[in-house]
Amino acid sequence: MSNLSREDVAHVAMLARIQLEDAELDRLAAQLDQIVDWVGQVGEVASADVPPMSHPMPLANVTRPDEVRDSLTVEQALANAPQAQDDRFAVPRILDEE
Amino acid sequence: MSDPTTHAASGAGAADADLTRLTAVEMADRLAAGALTSVELTQAHLDRIERIDPTLNAFLLVDAEGALATAREVDAARAAGEQLPRLAGVPVAVKDIACTQGLTTTAGSRMLEDFVPPYDATVVARIRQARMPILGKTNMDEFAMGSSTEHSAFGPTRNPWDLDRIPGGSGGGSSAAVAAYLAPLAIGSDTGGSIRQPAAVTGTVGTKPTYGAVSRYGIIALASSLDQIGPCARTVADAALLHEVIAGHDPMDSTSVDAPVPDVVGAAGTTDLSGLRVGVVREISGSDQGFQPGVQARFDEALDALRDLGAEITEVSCPHFAYAMAAYYLILPSEASSNLARYDAMRYGRRVTPDGSPSAEQVMGASRDAGFGDEVKRRIILGTYALSSGYYDAYYGQAQKVRTLIARDFEAAFEQVDVLVSPTAPTTAFRIGDKTEDPMAMYLNDIATIPANLAGVPGMSVPSGTADEDGLPAGLQILAPAMQDQRLYAVGAALEARLRERQGGYVIEQAPEIEVRA
Repeated sequence: MSNLSREDVAHVAMLARIQLEDAELDRLAAQLDQIVDWVGQVGEVASADVPPMSHPMPLANVTRPDEVRDSLTVEQALANAPQAQDDRFAVPRILDEE
Repeated sequence: MSDPTTHAASGAGAADADLTRLTAVEMADRLAAGALTSVELTQAHLDRIERIDPTLNAFLLVDAEGALATAREVDAARAAGEQLPRLAGVPVAVKDIACTQGLTTTAGSRMLEDFVPPYDATVVARIRQARMPILGKTNMDEFAMGSSTEHSAFGPTRNPWDLDRIPGGSGGGSSAAVAAYLAPLAIGSDTGGSIRQPAAVTGTVGTKPTYGAVSRYGIIALASSLDQIGPCARTVADAALLHEVIAGHDPMDSTSVDAPVPDVVGAAGTTDLSGLRVGVVREISGSDQGFQPGVQARFDEALDALRDLGAEITEVSCPHFAYAMAAYYLILPSEASSNLARYDAMRYGRRVTPDGSPSAEQVMGASRDAGFGDEVKRRIILGTYALSSGYYDAYYGQAQKVRTLIARDFEAAFEQVDVLVSPTAPTTAFRIGDKTEDPMAMYLNDIATIPANLAGVPGMSVPSGTADEDGLPAGLQILAPAMQDQRLYAVGAALEARLRERQGGYVIEQAPEIEVRA
């Protein structure tokens, strides 16, 4: 298994929307390389015929009747918003600048 | 079974006034008998928190006003002759991972430093229904990622046994609060051992119930297929009472088990283990597996005690436990990377806006860099990598198969025995700062506790004594099949009573008095 390079870590951090600073990237990349090497041992043991387990309980879809219930007020829902405007969450631009 | 006078006698001069030394059972009994008011009891804890907690840092928030308001209501209701729940008026601390309406809930992270939940987690709602005053919110590793509480963004919690050592993690605030008599009971969460390992290193009791036995609604998610809420206490009987309060089906959590809660309170009265088959898991005990000699010695003595109590001890092998750590450190980061994607600085949580006219994406990147600590970033990146195209099969996919093999190991073991036992953690509490630079060394603390989370089975840590080499407490872990949580309490209670007989008190009573630091 090839090790995790500094560039790989920068790329994955970008996918995870974490803008790492250079010093952080140096530190985390070295640690992650070691960790990835170690967790890779899962490849030694399970053969193809072992089914994967994603959850401790065998669950089918759990549903409930679709009934009208009380929910948060607009004020409650926006109370923790970094920025709000006209009863809505205010967010930075999501499109490129023209 | 418990005689309050023996505890009071162990304290110093002001012992007669020290209500905080009582067990929760004794507190409940005195309250019910009218010999004590909840306001007195709650105030005694608040006073002790005010005096001791600046030294320990077990609490991130203390809600004196709210706790006393509940206490006053309980006292008034009792005076009016109202029928009250068993723990009504007994105070409790809540790990800062559970949402509390109107009370800041941070999960130990700068990301949520100012987050005030608009609703209560189901466990919190149940505590309120049980009319227990909530003293405050306890410290934890950021988003419950860690084994020492050193990853809290708000500073480490200190171990009441030795202030230079860690109280375990991630629930070190809850374990330290209970061990230092700042609260008789506390709520914890256990994803890989975060209730059991802190209990072990602070000489207290902690239970991770069966997966799904306690609702996760309103709990800040770490890894949803592993997370479980449970009780922290100083005695097994106390833990059972809190377990009973919080367990049970919740329609708001689709993974909540819809089945009767096992009789854990009844089981906590067990004194005889005749005929019980106990399996020692070869892979998670023994000096050759890296377990500290003093921890192993107390474990071996506990096995003798279990034999004296009538249990039949055999060795069992769970060969795939050797791969549990590796599988866990793929599954947990994978689920965490997905769960923590919600912290995007748009609807709540910290927002950092870079200079200029940044896009939402740039704001997210800057906010997540500033809001998350190193361990959280490591795990998010590791999880994102393990789930990414081209690596999924080799990492996350393989880890899921290992998880199956571990669940099968448990099934095979529970065909031979009724419960499994091991030391809870490989060592006693280590020194603050010893492992913060070496994430791998930190991860290895959870070697004995992780398999239960992967399989969803219940586990408990009970004190086994103190290690000869450092005088610090060690824990014994009990594991049972899913929905057989009462077996943990039966074994834990019988062992606790036997050790208490031999040592002349609970292990926690050997803890030194805390020297308050300026």
